[in-house]
Amino acid sequence: MSYQGKKNIPKITSERLLIKGGRIVNDDQSFYADIYMEDGVIKQIGDNLIVPGGVKTIEANGKMVIPGGIDIHTHLQMPFRGTTTADDFTQGTKAALAGGTTMIVDHVIPEPGCSLLEAFDRWSKWADEKACCDYSLHVDITHWNDSVKQEVETLIKEKGVNSFQVYMAFKDLYQMSNTELYEVFTFLGEHGGIAQVHAENGEIIAEEQARMLEMGITGPEGHVLSRPEELEAEAVFRAVTIASQTNCPLYVTRVMSKSAADIISQARKKGNVVFGEPITASLGTDGTHYWSKNWAKAASFVTSPPLSPDPTTPDYLNTLLASGDLSVVGSAHCTFSVAQKAIGKDDFTQIPEGVNGAEERMSIIWDKAVVTGKMDENMFVAVTSTNAAKILNLYPRKGRIAVGSDSDLVIWDTDAVRTITAKTHHSAAEYNVFEGMELRGAPMLVVCQGKIVLEDGNLHATSGTGRFIPCSPFPDFAYKRVKARKQLAILKAVPRGMYDGPVSEFSPMSRGGTPSASTRTSPTKVPVRNLHQSGFTLSGPEEAPIRPAGRRIVVPPGGRSNITSLS
Amino acid sequence: MSFQAKKSNPRVTSDKLIIKGGKIVNDDQSFYADIYVEDGIIKQIGENLIVPTGVKTVDAYGHIVIPGGIDVNTCLQAPHLGMSPADDFYHGTRAALAGGTTMIIDHVVPEPGSSLLSAFDQWKDTADKRSCCDYSLHIDITRWHDGLFEELESLVKDKGVNSFLIFMAYKDKFQSSDTQIYEMFSAMRELGAIAQVHAENGDIIEEEQKKLLDLGITGPEGHVLSHPEEVETEAVYRAITIAKQANCPLYITKVMSKPAADLIAKARKKGMVIYGEPIAASLGTDGSHYWSKNWAEAAAFVMSPPLNPDTSTPDYLNSLLSCGDLQVTASANCTFTTAQKAVGKDDFTFIPEGTNGIEERMSIVWDKAVATGKMDENDFVAVTSTNAAKIFNLYPRKGRIAVGSDADIVIWNTKETRTFSAKTHNLTVEVNIFEGMECRGFPVLVISQGRIVLEDGTLSVMEGSGRFIPRKAYPDYVYKRIKARSRMADARGVPRGNYDGPVHDVISMTKSVPATPTTRGPSCPGKTPLGPTRNLHQSGFTLSGTQMDDHIPRRTAQKIVAPPGGRSNITSLS
Repeated sequence: MSYQGKKNIPKITSERLLIKGGRIVNDDQSFYADIYMEDGVIKQIGDNLIVPGGVKTIEANGKMVIPGGIDIHTHLQMPFRGTTTADDFTQGTKAALAGGTTMIVDHVIPEPGCSLLEAFDRWSKWADEKACCDYSLHVDITHWNDSVKQEVETLIKEKGVNSFQVYMAFKDLYQMSNTELYEVFTFLGEHGGIAQVHAENGEIIAEEQARMLEMGITGPEGHVLSRPEELEAEAVFRAVTIASQTNCPLYVTRVMSKSAADIISQARKKGNVVFGEPITASLGTDGTHYWSKNWAKAASFVTSPPLSPDPTTPDYLNTLLASGDLSVVGSAHCTFSVAQKAIGKDDFTQIPEGVNGAEERMSIIWDKAVVTGKMDENMFVAVTSTNAAKILNLYPRKGRIAVGSDSDLVIWDTDAVRTITAKTHHSAAEYNVFEGMELRGAPMLVVCQGKIVLEDGNLHATSGTGRFIPCSPFPDFAYKRVKARKQLAILKAVPRGMYDGPVSEFSPMSRGGTPSASTRTSPTKVPVRNLHQSGFTLSGPEEAPIRPAGRRIVVPPGGRSNITSLS
Repeated sequence: MSFQAKKSNPRVTSDKLIIKGGKIVNDDQSFYADIYVEDGIIKQIGENLIVPTGVKTVDAYGHIVIPGGIDVNTCLQAPHLGMSPADDFYHGTRAALAGGTTMIIDHVVPEPGSSLLSAFDQWKDTADKRSCCDYSLHIDITRWHDGLFEELESLVKDKGVNSFLIFMAYKDKFQSSDTQIYEMFSAMRELGAIAQVHAENGDIIEEEQKKLLDLGITGPEGHVLSHPEEVETEAVYRAITIAKQANCPLYITKVMSKPAADLIAKARKKGMVIYGEPIAASLGTDGSHYWSKNWAEAAAFVMSPPLNPDTSTPDYLNSLLSCGDLQVTASANCTFTTAQKAVGKDDFTFIPEGTNGIEERMSIVWDKAVATGKMDENDFVAVTSTNAAKIFNLYPRKGRIAVGSDADIVIWNTKETRTFSAKTHNLTVEVNIFEGMECRGFPVLVISQGRIVLEDGTLSVMEGSGRFIPRKAYPDYVYKRIKARSRMADARGVPRGNYDGPVHDVISMTKSVPATPTTRGPSCPGKTPLGPTRNLHQSGFTLSGTQMDDHIPRRTAQKIVAPPGGRSNITSLS
């Protein structure tokens, strides 16, 4: 809080702000009202507000005032083989603020085998030092055992983390087996966490990569050729299946292809609690650039899952976003310099993965979805901010303009036209995957923590002002349904007499030359089956339709009968 | 052939036969004609045939004459926990003939790690001695390892096997990982074989089994609760994905649930070469019986994937079968006595899996699909024999009534009904899962290898008369499309100058060499010479000529062609 010292000079401080004449747009409605903010919190909303003298007043002139964007997926200052991503927390959050995003949620990626808590502490230290806006953290689970389980529990209960990502790709590095996924999901389902997945079939990718290299394809096009969208869709399908079995809410990060998005929307129609996150890049551009003759440009698009080579994909994803089948937009902002990308100049599997998008995120959605009439301004607020806040259990503190909410808000200029280029963007990367794109809609003024950070195109962000916002478990948005289903789904055994007929001799199980991949048993004691769709009932007398005469024998109390009278 | 010796006496032999007055039904058309059979082969079809005197005449008036059924999935030999199935090749094929099926394809299930060839020989020996009708064999790959490719190759090239089953379930026993499945699919595609999968996610099943046992659910209902249909569906989806990547034809055995069948239908619409096999049990009954209070009855229904508790499933699967989305019906006949099933009386995971169906299959399809008007008699022939013959490369020797085809013929009564019961069926097992079901349509006369084996309700089978029918690789029905796609699918690299800009220093790789052969299992030996196998059926990009992004504004003139003999800096960043 760099302004704290100046509090006795009310005329200069930005702690008190009045926005006049704006149209407040929340995810449910839009209305004209003034907003008065003090100490980083919205204090009053209405007409003719009574406010102290000397308050800085901003004339919104009928422009939209929206809750600041929440970028639910970033990788800032991410360590990568001894170096870090091009954008650190300062650079990255500046870019976010410049684009109208006032909160980010970064991924903590512990090295496999290392402590999750230590990694979490490291990340929050970096962010506390450098972030210019509020932040929260996801923790990625890169390996799984009992001590990790303990740490996850600590993170949920004490550290304010409620979302954890697991990987179905990156074989022999981060990838988890189905059994591990099942256990992680079961655990998160019981403790109120959100299971995020990076959904791609890592085993097949490894095979395809080997094949591409064998064929002599070493450039960035090999990246997309070895990761066809079917592999993404397959993994999404598998994740949905496992989440449904374990009754755990699922969040699919980086929805990049039509088929993966279709699976998510089908699962939602079947009643699964699943959220899909398209990213700026998949909504704004496509994978044709992997075939660019400029290696550096092609490499700058390398991300996983890859952008789809089908140029109609962005439009399709925008449509599903508008219809509510996809829930929330992240940027997956993870930038590397060309020199860093060039680590993979002779082998595409070595290219560090990641694209930019934190700054462009809001404008891309406005341009591709709102201007084209796919969604309205309220839906725009929902997918850029409100839904994310609800999933993270930060609502209504974040994601809404209401009395008592944080004063993170944006005056959105619907008429502004900006051209995206690496020359002017705030990221440190030399390439911008949206290069040359003309986008309608841009933030005119950004208020973060009650302070104006962007005005007249000038950014006044201060490193280290960002606060860690803890997320509590069991977000209602995801867990109300999950809890109800838990209560419903109680499995009962059929009461039968003991079988006391003849039993054949058998040789012991020939099972298992290899020890079971997981020697840990599932921690589940509570039945969590999702019976949402299942049509059978277990109670009451079960009348088997076809049965030879005289087969029904009731077990008398205290005794048992031979129930195997075969005719 | 045991009748060879009697050939000199034409009056007694059944080697010569004429079938008169029936309506011949093939998968493409129906017509009235007589059929003359000699030496196990159909010699003439037509009216007013000129035949030798003393030929036995069969009157088929008022009935239809169809190619004998082919049951492509039986387990008449595979042991479970050391116990052999209650019905072996003799009893099984006898029951098959009684139901109008004149050929079976049995699954060879080798012990994991043992030789496929020796298992094949063992199965063939037994079947040669015991089988009453022609048979062929699928081989199940229970563990994929180095050196297996050579065995597959010799099975395909020398032994007449063109189909292999892979398990996605039975964790730590038969289950294969995705990497292994990909390698096996690639191997099979190269050999011209058909990949069959038992599609269920074994990892999830094991977790669910543990959970249910923890909850104290030990009865047969635990079996179906631990094998929910989502788990079947997931595996079908994964198998389809991998098969598409490997450009390998896929055959899903035992389609038991609606969503699994839907996925197959969708994949076909996307152009996949994929076949789905519902079985007699999934077409004829449902999984509500798992909750039966009679343990023995409930246990009799235990099989994997399980019968679906949704009682509308059989009707749905019959509809998809009728519209061509599913192609083949089998029985997956694998019976165990109640005493054998009772091995799992205190723990459902020990109950040996399998149901009957070999005898009832044809009647169930007729009753559920033809009598209800879902399909016509020609479709009936297609799904009970012709499609199977085409997929497994037996056509037109089997699966068709035509001059030169084997004389496996069934005269089918379409009007009357028959009731199934364990009391009257031809298997030895004590429980029939179709108990009490009344079905329209049954065989009145069955001819196998030119010999009448069922007439007037009397079976006269010959133990050991069944011949092994070898099947060649690359069945046209399956592989014509695969071959065309292999030619189409050329992934090519983009010709670029060498990148010679700055390269960031990295510390040693933390990634454990993703592109090298996998830790799990050796890489498929047949894969190295494999040409590009991507299926570009749906992919729309071209790599040659001007690029799609040529017109997209770039910062500066960035396109620099590498001159012959030299290279240029292609990273001029502004």
